[in-house]
Amino acid sequence: MKLLEGKKALIFGIANKNSIAWGIAQALHEHGAEIGLSYAIPQLEKRVSPLAEQLGVTFVEMCDVSSDEQIEATFAKAAEHFGEIDILVHAIGFAPREELDGRYVDTSREGFKIALDISAYSFVALSREAAKLMPNGGSILTLTYYGAEKVVPHYNVMGVAKAALEASTRYLAADLGPDGIRVNAISAGPIKTLAAAGIAGFRKMLTYTADRTPLRRNVDQDEVGQTALWLCSDLSSGVTGEIVHVDAGYNILGMSEPPEKWE
Amino acid sequence: MSDTNDTQERVTTIIVDLLGVEEEQVVPAARFREDLEADSLDLVELIMAFEEEFDGEISDEEAQKITTVGEAVTYINERMRS
Repeated sequence: MKLLEGKKALIFGIANKNSIAWGIAQALHEHGAEIGLSYAIPQLEKRVSPLAEQLGVTFVEMCDVSSDEQIEATFAKAAEHFGEIDILVHAIGFAPREELDGRYVDTSREGFKIALDISAYSFVALSREAAKLMPNGGSILTLTYYGAEKVVPHYNVMGVAKAALEASTRYLAADLGPDGIRVNAISAGPIKTLAAAGIAGFRKMLTYTADRTPLRRNVDQDEVGQTALWLCSDLSSGVTGEIVHVDAGYNILGMSEPPEKWE
Repeated sequence: MSDTNDTQERVTTIIVDLLGVEEEQVVPAARFREDLEADSLDLVELIMAFEEEFDGEISDEEAQKITTVGEAVTYINERMRS
């Protein structure tokens, strides 16, 4: 049974085949959704085009989400192309590279502004525009990370931005709920993406978590895609304002060292 | 086959695949940016692919010093395969 037959989904934040957004796009497409894709900068076009082609996607737009004009223009094009939409996926996060190393206490005012603007405010702006194209309700989804809840070395200002994003998920869920629009977030475990390459020592994070999660492994883009499918479909019709962890269980641990490592 | 040749071969495969260049272009002296026309994102993807293939981490600082195919092979042999 296809869960999203006749549904239209707009996915922001695709960069290349390693993107979580790509895992989600494939999962939604497989279940019958018509997909539109948006990427951030011109250099990504050559990476995104072949992926779009693979799914027969004809709506592929560049959108700098720090610009209200570009957001408006992208949604105007989406309205023309799709008419109404049912699903919005926000898989966008950014902080200047120098902020993702060293100490949080050294975060610059400018770095803080950029991280919060692109990683959290953009979710508010995109949700507002998307809601206008959802007269019959819909589902909105964003991607967050455990660094919003607890301190993760080097994640720094991104953790603070993700905390704002998670709070935004709840406020948006409350605002848009009466219109039948659900708003949720997936808190994914670390996945090696182009964006993650900017985090100092990311590879170490991957092995560290894989050694400790209850499932003793990391998660991948497809697993996030499957949970996204659930949150974007009617299977989750009673769920809104939630942060769903797709992290092989890492967040439940009180002591991260597994007993077999105790001496 | 020596490790160096094997590294060279695996590095070449990755570069051809990621940058869409011809195998003949991937010589030790070839510069990623100037000769193989890699942009900054290509370079990040290349480093990620090397890390994946040879199972290690290349820091930003070290990555910036790798500008040619030969430098990549040398780095991998000396730092990731010993």
